[in-house]
Amino acid sequence: MKRHLRLAAVFVLYAVVGVWGLLFSSIPEARAEYGDIVMNNYAEKSGMRPVVFPHWFHRMRFACKVCHADLGFKFKAGGNEVNMAKIIDGEFCGACHNGEIAWPVENCNMCHSGKPGTVTQVHGANGQKIIAAPVQGTAGTAK
Amino acid sequence: MIKNIVKSVIATSLFGAIVVSTATTVSAAPAPAAAQPAAAQPAPVTFNRLLKKASPTNLPPAEDGIHDPTVDSAQMLQPPLQGMNGLTRSNFGNNVNWVNSLQTKKVIPRWDRADPNAESLVMDVNIVRTPRGSMPDVVFPHKAHTEWLECSNCHPAIFVPQKGANQISMAAILLGQKCGVCHGKVAFPVSECKLCHSQKRAAAAP
Ligand code: HEC
Ligand code: HEC
Ligand code: HEC
Ligand code: HEC
Ligand code: HEC
Ligand code: HEC
Repeated sequence: MKRHLRLAAVFVLYAVVGVWGLLFSSIPEARAEYGDIVMNNYAEKSGMRPVVFPHWFHRMRFACKVCHADLGFKFKAGGNEVNMAKIIDGEFCGACHNGEIAWPVENCNMCHSGKPGTVTQVHGANGQKIIAAPVQGTAGTAK
Repeated sequence: MIKNIVKSVIATSLFGAIVVSTATTVSAAPAPAAAQPAAAQPAPVTFNRLLKKASPTNLPPAEDGIHDPTVDSAQMLQPPLQGMNGLTRSNFGNNVNWVNSLQTKKVIPRWDRADPNAESLVMDVNIVRTPRGSMPDVVFPHKAHTEWLECSNCHPAIFVPQKGANQISMAAILLGQKCGVCHGKVAFPVSECKLCHSQKRAAAAP
C-alpha cells in the first residue's frame, strides 16, 4: 500500500515536471534557427509583423563582409535604424531586395513573417546553456 | 579463469534477479526472485539535473517559434534542413561546419553582392595566445576569418591589430565582446571550446 502511494507520488511529480518542461520548452528562443535575427524596433508599432532575417540563408550566398562592411550593417541586432524609407532607397536590405539581386520589396510578408510580440534579438546559443539567463546582453547597452 | 566464469555467473544471475524484480514492480506477479527483501524505492537519481534538454534544431519556419505560422509566407520560406542539405554537417550552431563547407566549395558566398567573380583577400596568419590557467592555447586563424570577413570588420573596432595588445577573457566572450561579437551569435557557439583552444600549451601561464 505504502509503495503504491509512493509510486503515485512519484507519478504526480513526473507529471508536474513534465508539464513544467513542456511550458519551458515552448520558449521560442530555444527552437529558432541559430543566427536568426528578429527585427522589431518599428514594425509592430506600425501594424506590421516583426521582420525575421535568416543568417544561414544569406551566408550561403554572401560573405559576411558584403552586409557588414559594404552595406554598413553593424554587428548589433536592432542597432542599424533600418526602416522602409531607407530600404526602398536602396540601403540595407534594399541594396539587394530590389528586383535585381533578389526579389523586390512588394513581398512584404517574406520579411514581415515574425510572430507578433517577438522582440528584437539574435537567436544564438550563448543564452541557452544551463539556465535560461539573458546572457545575450544585446538589450540596452548600445555602444 | 575459473574465477572469471564464477564472476560472470554471479553477475548474470544478479542481473536476472534485478530484471525479474523490476518486472514484479510493474506486473505485481509473484515471481521466485521476489523472495529478495523489497527495497524501498527512492526517487530516481537524475543526471545533468540543471542541463536543459537539447531542443530540436533546424525546425521549419512554421514551427520554430519566431515565425507566425498563420502568415502565408511561413510556407514559402525555405526550411533550414532543405536549404543546408549537402553541406558538411556538425553538431552545433546551424549543424553545419561552415569552415569545411567553404573550403570544399559546397558554399561559395559572393564577396561582392553583384559580382560573382570577386574574390576575397585571404590572409593566412595564425595568432597564438596562451590563456591564464590551464586551458590549451588559443589559435586565431586569420585565414578562416578573412574568407568571410574584411579586415575592417575586426580592426580596429574589435581588436587592435597587434599580437597580444588586446585583453581577451572568457567572461568578455560570453558577454558578447571580442570573439563573442560573432561566436555564439552567428559563427560557431562558445560551447565548442576545442575549436579555439586547439593547441597544446607552449608556454607557462603568464
Ligand atoms: C526585404 C525585407 C522587407 C520587405 C520585403 C518589407 N519590409 Fe518592411 N521592414 C523591413 C525591416 C528590416 C524593417 C525594420 C524592422 C524594425 O526594426 O521594426 C521594416 C519596417 C517596416 C515598417 C515600420 C517602419 C517604417 O519604415 O514605417 C513598416 C510599416 C513596414 N516595414 C511595411 C512594409 C510593407 C507594407 C511592405 C511591403 C510593401 C514591407 N514592409 C516589405 C524589411 C522589409
Ligand atoms: C545579407 C546580409 C548579411 C550577411 C551576409 C551577414 N549578415 Fe550578419 N547581420 C545582418 C543583419 C540584417 C543583422 C541585423 C542588423 C539589425 O538588426 O539592425 C545582422 C546582425 C549580425 C550580428 C549581430 C548579432 C547581435 O549580437 O545582435 C552578428 C554578430 C552578425 N550579423 C554576424 C555575421 C557573420 C559572422 C556573418 C557571416 C558568416 C554575417 N553576419 C553575414 C545581415 C547579414
Ligand atoms: C547582399 C544582398 C542581400 C541583402 C542585403 C539582404 N538580402 Fe535577403 N535575400 C537575398 C537573396 C539573394 C535572397 C534569395 C532570393 C531568391 O531566392 O530569389 C534573399 C532572400 C531573403 C529571404 C527569403 C529566404 C527564404 O527562405 O527564401 C528573406 C526573409 C530575406 N531575404 C530577408 C532579408 C532582410 C530582412 C534583409 C535586411 C535586413 C535582407 N534580406 C537583406 C539577398 C539579400
Ligand atoms: C575576425 C576578426 C579579424 C579579422 C577579420 C582580421 N583580423 Fe587581424 N587580428 C585579429 C586578432 C584577434 C588579432 C590578434 C590580436 C591580439 O593578439 O591581441 C589580429 C592581429 C593582427 C595583426 C597583428 C599581428 C602581429 O603579429 O602582431 C595584423 C597585422 C592583422 N591582424 C592584420 C589583419 C589584416 C590585414 C586583416 C584583413 C586581411 C585582418 N587582420 C583581419 C582579428 C582579425
Ligand atoms: C567578426 C566576427 C568574428 C569574430 C570577432 C571572431 N570570429 Fe572566429 N569565426 C568567425 C566566422 C564567421 C567563422 C567561420 C566559421 C563559422 O561561422 O562557424 C569563424 C571561425 C573561427 C575558427 C575556425 C574554426 C574551424 O573549424 O577551423 C576559429 C578557431 C575561430 N573562429 C576563433 C576565433 C577567436 C579565437 C576569436 C577571437 C580572438 C574569433 N574567432 C573572433 C567570425 C568571427
Ligand atoms: C571563440 C573562441 C573561444 C571559445 C569557443 C572558447 N574560448 Fe576560452 N578563451 C578564448 C580566448 C581568446 C581566451 C583568452 C586567451 C588569452 O588570455 O590570451 C580564452 C581564455 C580562456 C580561459 C582563461 C581564463 C580567461 O577567462 O581568460 C579559460 C579557462 C577558457 N578560455 C576556457 C574555455 C572553455 C571551458 C571553453 C568552452 C566552454 C572555451 N574557453 C571556449 C577563446 C575561446
